[in-house]
Amino acid sequence: MHMADALISPVVGGAGWAATLALAGYSARKIKVAADDTSVPMMGVGAAFVFAAQMLNFTIPGTGSSGHLGGGLILAAMLGPCAAFLAMASILTVQALFFADGGLLALGCNVVNLGFFPCFLAYPLLFRPIAGASPTRARLTAASMVAAIVGLQLGAFGVVLETKLSGITALPMNTFLLMMQPIHLAIGVVEGLATAAVILFVWQARPGILHAGSVRPDADSGAVPKKLVAAFLVAALAMSGALSWFASTKPDGLEWSVAKASGVAQMAAPVAAETTWPAVDAGTSLAGVVGAALTLIVAGLIGLAVRRRFAAKA
Amino acid sequence: MTRLHTGALEIGELDALSRRDSSAHRLDPRAKLLATAVFLATVVSWGRYEIVGLLPLAAFPLVLGAIGRVPCGFVARKLLIAAPFVLVLGAFNPIFDTAPRELAAGIEISGGWISYLSIVLRFGLTVAAALALVAVTGMNRLCAAASILGAPRIFVTQLALLYRYLFVLAAQAQRMSRAAELRAPGRRRMSIALFGSLVGHLLLRTFDRAQRIHLAMRCRGFDGDIPLVRPMRFGPWDAAFLAGWIAFFAAVRVFRLPDLLGGLVLGVWG
Amino acid sequence: MSHHIVEAIGLSFAYPDGTRALDGVSFRIEHGESMAIVGANGAGKSTLLQHLNGCLVPTAGTVRIGDYPISKATLAAVRRSVGMVFQEPDDQLFMPTVFDDVAFGPLNLGLPPDEVEARVARALETVGAAHLRDRPPYRLSGGEKRAVAIATVLSMSPDVLVLDEPTASLDPRSRRQLIALLKGFAHTKIIATHDLDLALDLCGRTIVLQGGRVVADGRTAEILRDRALLEASHLELPLRLQACPVCGDPSGAGDGKGDGA
Repeated sequence: MHMADALISPVVGGAGWAATLALAGYSARKIKVAADDTSVPMMGVGAAFVFAAQMLNFTIPGTGSSGHLGGGLILAAMLGPCAAFLAMASILTVQALFFADGGLLALGCNVVNLGFFPCFLAYPLLFRPIAGASPTRARLTAASMVAAIVGLQLGAFGVVLETKLSGITALPMNTFLLMMQPIHLAIGVVEGLATAAVILFVWQARPGILHAGSVRPDADSGAVPKKLVAAFLVAALAMSGALSWFASTKPDGLEWSVAKASGVAQMAAPVAAETTWPAVDAGTSLAGVVGAALTLIVAGLIGLAVRRRFAAKA
Repeated sequence: MTRLHTGALEIGELDALSRRDSSAHRLDPRAKLLATAVFLATVVSWGRYEIVGLLPLAAFPLVLGAIGRVPCGFVARKLLIAAPFVLVLGAFNPIFDTAPRELAAGIEISGGWISYLSIVLRFGLTVAAALALVAVTGMNRLCAAASILGAPRIFVTQLALLYRYLFVLAAQAQRMSRAAELRAPGRRRMSIALFGSLVGHLLLRTFDRAQRIHLAMRCRGFDGDIPLVRPMRFGPWDAAFLAGWIAFFAAVRVFRLPDLLGGLVLGVWG
Repeated sequence: MSHHIVEAIGLSFAYPDGTRALDGVSFRIEHGESMAIVGANGAGKSTLLQHLNGCLVPTAGTVRIGDYPISKATLAAVRRSVGMVFQEPDDQLFMPTVFDDVAFGPLNLGLPPDEVEARVARALETVGAAHLRDRPPYRLSGGEKRAVAIATVLSMSPDVLVLDEPTASLDPRSRRQLIALLKGFAHTKIIATHDLDLALDLCGRTIVLQGGRVVADGRTAEILRDRALLEASHLELPLRLQACPVCGDPSGAGDGKGDGA
């Protein structure tokens, strides 16, 4: 799901753009294009391919409703993290410009949610380790499923966070999370299945296309981008710290949670409505939910990183 | 089975609009891009309960669209299609925010409805402005503008390639899907397995196509860097356009023009 | 002037998986000559063409373009001299507008903007596509794409033009226009084609490829009348000769014999 301009604040929008520009600059530098490199046409046409693939619907087994492909994971499997990120960013740009999917100000956030998470986190940290150096059908399927599900969970969580921090919506964080995360779990399962179907086909037809794309294998392509993981950990910790601070220091937050606990449905209007300071609607339970989610993610990533190191040594 | 590549058709429509001619079309794309950026920042800079202050900003998409001869119906249709997510999400505001606030002249409704209205307004303004921008500028010139303004070359290049081959691949996907449909009478949609095979084939063909394109590029001297042809000239009209709109946005943000206007009118009559 | 000569000497090529695509191909084309390369699908026509501007590197033998044997060092010079028009115009038109595509080559050659502008105008004028200058490629018809694809190569002022199946999927009128256009070119022309009538119209010389080998090399008029030879190479007489009372089948239809004689 895309983040929309109608629900965004300048601070959040600006932060999203800053992150996107930094990542784009990083990726562009990483992809050193020589004349021999088919990177540029591969990225461009690969992005067009994902666009076209998104237009095809398939039946979700058991429900009869239609699903379609997101594609970030397939791009990453074809092109590698940096090239896939740029390609995803370009797809989102076209969607924002031509389909009003999201919006131009929210584009930065959308690129993070739907580009950074699948390409720089889900693919290298989940898909590649699970698929392994010599993949089998089972491993590729598992890798697709796990990477798709986690990637979409992170993306959905990103939307929730950005929307809440913007303060335009009055939806409480808990409710929002309870809406978004389960839905995206289902979407993630579907995406995983569809991605697996495509990747399995290509892997059997021409395995050389996958895992390397045409980005020249340098030290970083496909390997765990350690700097990124570190940065993500720091950001995650900072975020959870900041959010807990909001929850605990804003008197409204406590007031609200007490009122809720005592069954009073009414909610006081947030303080300083004329400014863009995020209005804190949630209570102490917020910190719990956020902290738990983040801890799980962080722990999982640390675990994977550690396991990779051991696997490399063995 | 397919969304009859309406997606590509919509892009084609907007693309056709962008190739018309008007004084809006002839403005430097950088000026239009920057003006739109400032516009968007202004729209979102208010708190959640702002309605009246936002209203004068409608001038920007309206004027740009009018000069650029962008059809109203077209924009309206796009707004409707993009609306659901935002409208549904915004609809939670009246549910959760029930404290009464003053709407105007002593009329009170719940704050949630006010912020919902604000969301709807923001949606309309931002989407209309983005569409107007694309409709009078077009993808290629936007790419060029972005590149000059500092976007990484490799990103802009592959964005242009994406745009170029979008239609080709969408048509290809549609043909394959139609062929499958014709051989599966009675089945409304394809299974995931079939999808995997179809899209897998599409991916293989894409890969080969990219290799051929790369070959074509190398045969014409490509050395890793795509050259940009037309240097853009930022003229006095472009500067006036940009400066004028920025001044307007600033005035709207600071002065709450509708209040001034209303006061003026009432002052005259009262 | 030797820089218009195209020469292949014992050219052999095998794909990485071992498939032999070309075996000892040799020929020499003089300045201004037009040569057709005909053969069944899979005979090696496209593979041969790709050796002529260094897209593929032979596993044995050499290719010379004028004074230069094709090697890594001479690649840039060769590509300035040899312009190749692909089978699929969509693969060759990858820029946002026709103008950008035609300007791509000259810009990469390092020419100044006004020179580029002049060359683009001239190239588009030559192929009759001047009015398509600002069009995006996906809004061109098949014939228009072909014409523009040729223009993209013309703007680099090559000495040799290599074309891969130029009339494939063209309607009769566009095909006729293309033939007329190519007839007017003074360049050395090498055309791989199934369209034997085009070969008769345009090319004074023809080589027939079969299984990666040259099985005939001579004047077009003679080779394309040799029914036995053509049928042995999985070809037929050009359509316009098939009803000819002298050299064709009087009934106007094929006689069903698949192996000649």
